[in-house]
Amino acid sequence: MAHAVEMAGVGKAYRLGVIDRAMLRDDAARAWARWRGRRNPRPDDDDGTPHRHGMVWALRDISFGIDEGEVLGLIGRNGAGKSTALKLLSQVTAPTRGEIRVRGRIASLLEVGTGFHPELTGRENVYLNGAILGMTKAEIRRKFDEIVGFSEIGSYIDTPVKRYSSGMYVRLAFAVAAHLEPEILVVDEVLAVGDAAFQRRCLGKMGEVAAGGRTVLFVSHNMAAVQSLCTRALVLEGGRLDYGPGSTHAAVDHYLGQLKDLAGADLAERTDRRGAGQMRLTSFRCLDASGRDLEVLACGSRTEFLIGYECAQDFRPDGAQARIVIRAASGPTVTVLDSEGNGLAVRGAPASGTLSCALDRLPLTQGAYIVDLILTADGVTQDWIREVAAVTVETGDFYGTGMVTPPTHGGVLFDQEWRLNGAPAVRSTAAEGGLRASCAS
Amino acid sequence: MSVRVEPEADARPWTLVIRPVRSLLDLRLGLLLQYRDLVSLFVRRDFVAVYKQTILGPLWHLVQPILTTVTFTIIFGNIAKLPTDGLPGFLFYMGGTVIWTYFANCVTATSQTFSHNAQLFGKVYFPRIVVPVATAISNLIAFAIQFTMFVVLALWYAGHGYPVKQNWTILLTPVYVLMMACLGLGVGIVVSSLTTRYKDLAQLVAFGVHLFMYATPVIYPMSSISGKFAFILRLNPCAPIIEAFRYAYLGAGSVTAGQLLVSGATCVGILFVGLVLFSRVEQTFMDTV
Repeated sequence: MAHAVEMAGVGKAYRLGVIDRAMLRDDAARAWARWRGRRNPRPDDDDGTPHRHGMVWALRDISFGIDEGEVLGLIGRNGAGKSTALKLLSQVTAPTRGEIRVRGRIASLLEVGTGFHPELTGRENVYLNGAILGMTKAEIRRKFDEIVGFSEIGSYIDTPVKRYSSGMYVRLAFAVAAHLEPEILVVDEVLAVGDAAFQRRCLGKMGEVAAGGRTVLFVSHNMAAVQSLCTRALVLEGGRLDYGPGSTHAAVDHYLGQLKDLAGADLAERTDRRGAGQMRLTSFRCLDASGRDLEVLACGSRTEFLIGYECAQDFRPDGAQARIVIRAASGPTVTVLDSEGNGLAVRGAPASGTLSCALDRLPLTQGAYIVDLILTADGVTQDWIREVAAVTVETGDFYGTGMVTPPTHGGVLFDQEWRLNGAPAVRSTAAEGGLRASCAS
Repeated sequence: MSVRVEPEADARPWTLVIRPVRSLLDLRLGLLLQYRDLVSLFVRRDFVAVYKQTILGPLWHLVQPILTTVTFTIIFGNIAKLPTDGLPGFLFYMGGTVIWTYFANCVTATSQTFSHNAQLFGKVYFPRIVVPVATAISNLIAFAIQFTMFVVLALWYAGHGYPVKQNWTILLTPVYVLMMACLGLGVGIVVSSLTTRYKDLAQLVAFGVHLFMYATPVIYPMSSISGKFAFILRLNPCAPIIEAFRYAYLGAGSVTAGQLLVSGATCVGILFVGLVLFSRVEQTFMDTV
């Protein structure tokens, strides 16, 4: 089958460092050398080692083809190069190496509402937005009624969009994008703004486009969505093509495997972190009730998370806060364990130490989870590492009834109390003492 | 692991091939034509959005030059008593102001192309040159309104016995306007291209343009300058254009065809340099914001 998009040896390098007088000096030195036919005295670093005013490669030697009419998933951790790949494909910035060949018009659903002007009416904005996305006036005029109908804006179409509710605004913007009828649709789920309903609409539109035989490139952290929508997928890691394009199932497995490998790595060595950095995360461990490191956590048993931290020499936090974000491997956040919300005020903490968070009975159901850690001091994010660990949770007896919670219950478990006609429930098992559902009565 | 993807021979041709930085002279001005609807919509947006919900609307365009002219007449005419080529002061200053304002607005507005549109440019591709071109055109509309006022006033003065005469060079007005537009657009896109890398320039533009006005015969006539200053003044491509406007509509101004030709060549040259710089910057500027 013919390719709709081909990437051949594509690489993208970004210049590092701040803009200052030194840069002007470097520029002048380069220009002077070129003028006199000499070698560049300050060569752009080609091997990817970041240094002052050097280059860092966000993408390297990426080659693959997308078949016409296929839905290709693009997955990878943060910083793997997914967004860079999309920027190159949508021509927002030019590649440093290689060539991208495209057949047909590209549109992306991350552009929703781009260029809307608050003072202009809905009608004026439909034309403006459509033209920005590459439609001609005649094309927009032809589809105008359809767009307005889809957006359910009705008579508000001649009102300035600054008077719109945010819902109306997004509906109108989406209606324009949805009527672009591109041959190639790019959807960046990570960047898609809006509420759940809007995201569902994006996904729905995507399925519709794919069903119409057009090509879709779908970038997502949501493995469930990737598996249900994509025909093939590829995995990026550190700017390189790490897997694929291959079967969606194998690609997702590969990605989850990546996350597991990562959990073994020393946190202090991680470079994909954000924050001020005066206070840094150094380790993350999960312990069971007797203080042993856990490979696999069990639903319903005592679990303790330990977070090691370290401060820069001259830094003493006055009010530090740690958060453990637990996400399902398929994407959505399940819960956040928050030190501040639970009354731990870390004041005058020593330069290094360990924060611990204990859960009496782990309320997670069976499945794969991903842990992010965030460390804040005095309201400033100091260190934020995503995908610190990939955690597997096995099923267990959360309610203490002797019954194992089926994995299909999903998500988080709560203590609960059931009654029949106002009377406490009768124990359904012979197990002694343990029916927490009736303990409260 | 890298798989070489070879282009298939039998397939339909590629509609788009994205390569690293294009050659210096690959300006892709054809795209401007393809995106002409976007140009006209941007012009409309620039013009309409500013005056929505104001009472005077586009009439505001008249307020600014009138007040500036009144100020100039009082300060430079009545207090400093600068010469005006024997023309009525009010008319003399208005002519200079109206034409100068177009140039100045063009430069300041287009010089912010990248900084003002970073968000838009970061999300969607269209030829970036569309934005400064639209800005130059929408300023042209404001200029047309102001210029009409100037012409009406000039005719009124001529009809009431003042020493003001129009002549055939009025027919060259479109050429003069085009020169001014090329120059304003050219300088503006040179500055906007350079500011993506050297942000300091943005600070310079506003007062730089303001100071440059004094190196242009706006508040004084060319004829009042002599010696080596006159030579330096002749290097300013704006100078012959403003003098030519005054000569056409008021009947006094010192300019030769040769000077106009040199000025025209300079305008085109600056515009060309601007286009080359701009097309170089538009490809990678998102990496530096």
